[in-house]
Amino acid sequence: MTVLFGQLFTGISIGAVLLLIALGLALTFGQMNVINMAHGEFIMAGAYTTYVLQQSITGAGMSLLIALPVAFVVAGAMGVLLEILLIRRLYARPLDTLLVTWGVSLMLQQLARDVFGSPNVQTRAPELLTGNVALPGGLTVANNRLFILALALAAVAALTLALRLTPLGRRIRAVVQNRDLAAVSGIPTARVDRTTFFIGSGLAGLAGVALTLLGPIGPTMGTNLIIDAFLVVVVGGIGQLKGTVIVAFALGVLQATGEYLTTLSVAKVIVFVAIVAFLQWRPQGLFTLRTRSLA
Amino acid sequence: MTAVTPARPDTAVQPAPAGAVPPNPPGGRSRLRAVAGFAFGAALLFAVAPLVLSDFRLSLLAKYLCVAMVAVGIGIAWGRGGMLTLGQGVFFGLGGYAMAMHLKLADAGPGGMPDFMQLYGQLDELPVWWRPFASPWFALPATVLLPMAVAFGLGSLVFRRRVRGAYFAILSQALAAAMVILLIGQQGTTGGTNGLTDIEGFFGYDLDDPVNQRMVYFIIAGVLLALLALARQLIHSRYGELLVAVRDGEERVRFLGYDPASVKLVAYVVAAGMAGLAGALFVPAVGIISPALIGIVPSIEFVIGVAVGGRATLLGPVLGAVAVAWARTALSERFPGTWTYLQGLLFVVVVAFLPGGLASLWALARRRDGGALPGRRTWSPLRRRRAERTEVPVA
Repeated sequence: MTVLFGQLFTGISIGAVLLLIALGLALTFGQMNVINMAHGEFIMAGAYTTYVLQQSITGAGMSLLIALPVAFVVAGAMGVLLEILLIRRLYARPLDTLLVTWGVSLMLQQLARDVFGSPNVQTRAPELLTGNVALPGGLTVANNRLFILALALAAVAALTLALRLTPLGRRIRAVVQNRDLAAVSGIPTARVDRTTFFIGSGLAGLAGVALTLLGPIGPTMGTNLIIDAFLVVVVGGIGQLKGTVIVAFALGVLQATGEYLTTLSVAKVIVFVAIVAFLQWRPQGLFTLRTRSLA
Repeated sequence: MTAVTPARPDTAVQPAPAGAVPPNPPGGRSRLRAVAGFAFGAALLFAVAPLVLSDFRLSLLAKYLCVAMVAVGIGIAWGRGGMLTLGQGVFFGLGGYAMAMHLKLADAGPGGMPDFMQLYGQLDELPVWWRPFASPWFALPATVLLPMAVAFGLGSLVFRRRVRGAYFAILSQALAAAMVILLIGQQGTTGGTNGLTDIEGFFGYDLDDPVNQRMVYFIIAGVLLALLALARQLIHSRYGELLVAVRDGEERVRFLGYDPASVKLVAYVVAAGMAGLAGALFVPAVGIISPALIGIVPSIEFVIGVAVGGRATLLGPVLGAVAVAWARTALSERFPGTWTYLQGLLFVVVVAFLPGGLASLWALARRRDGGALPGRRTWSPLRRRRAERTEVPVA
């Protein structure tokens, strides 16, 4: 029972990290059909933002709180810059956005190496987040993982509310559902795209802050996470957030269970096989927007 | 279109003026040019390069030519078929590991075991799945057939369900990630992060001997030329046209009664076989195969050369792959950081602003319409040739 719960919670906390990363991807992929490989480097930017802030602000708890909005803006601004400079020109060629942003991610990694050095750096976690919470029945959960789970759920909630209730959210949904119709209805699609990219990249920054709680940060930290996050988006289906949420937790639990039953490396293969099998059943992902297109 | 005698005299085809050059008949001038090109390439690879280059440079060239073989396959799958495969490292690795396993077993002698197994795995006897690789009659075909089988498995599952575009690219990349993690995880039987190293012999020839290294180079050069000839035949066949048609309008091809999934599958499997062969020949040329050579980053680097050279042409991927690999060696030794920036920048600039690759510069210089971009529906590398080709009545 204890072991089972432990594995389940590990799975959920893997899922929470995946969710934070995949949310931003799902947003940009769903709306603009852009595959942003530099998303991983925006995560890295968020993590290094936390690190830099800790150099000047001594209180670990305070710096973490400040880092959350700052990292959001830093990563978001990088995203907007990328959109203006490159991605804007490539909307007709989704596969090429993948390659171009990969080139960008190479350069950003090297930039991080030049600025912060190749070795990983460590941030201090606030004392509040270092311990464990004891639950009845001898179960414990780590505080930092609970915090990440809360952060991920808060991000989902905020994003859902923003998409449902705000004028901006309405515009974003309109562009996702039918870009041309939205454009002729007077919605400035280019500006909506830019805002979406800001939000999506900003979420990567938040994920970066969260990851500083789990381990050291380094120039290549994004690469390892980005593929799993993309798989979440692919399996979840584009255009809706609930697919991303469900699949992120499902893959997290599958990964943790597989790891428990076999080894880490075999678990990765299990996840991959499960995804291919799933796509046999629902090739367009778990949830999709109904369209009349042939694809 | 057919040479039926016109019913009405007013629409009769005017006889061609005397001395007019007939448009390219299929297999006419273009075939001549191709043969001349191959002869030139063969002379360059077999005569000039070994004379001009030192043993060290020649073995480097052998390594680049292996990368070029992978690029030929990517050129077919991606450039012609529109399938961006970010996991060619998997097939390269399967071929490489199959070859390396055989060579390791051959080095160890009959009944022997590769050294690393006792070291990491504490194994007393050879794992079951290693055993068949002791026989060259199994290992050699496996270097090509194993990658093709994996590509067939994944491809038939994925293409039948119409998973394509970015979805396919991400899946192929995930396959590369999974394979690397698996190889590293099973250190006792795969060598882990180190991979299979210290390969000494190649079917009885000592690989330390420069003469034998030259032999390996000649084999690689010959295989590359053969693959290029194969690719040219494939591209210029009916199948090649069908493949381009699937790239440019998969639904239309489906409505015409073809099965796009099978068309794509063939290209993907052929590309996998080429990558496997490249991996197999890479092992004697370099003496090592390891997860670092076949993971996500190397897999995308295979694509870079193709993109830079020109994805939709036959020679572009080969020249691009060799040029990028050469630039990497030349620059990364002296300025390690700079090369990464340059590589990223090159990739960004070429893909964003010159999607036809450097080959399209050449085409641009020769004719005005050569720079039309892919992604716009009108772009097709075959369009000009098709338009020029006279329709020949079929039996």
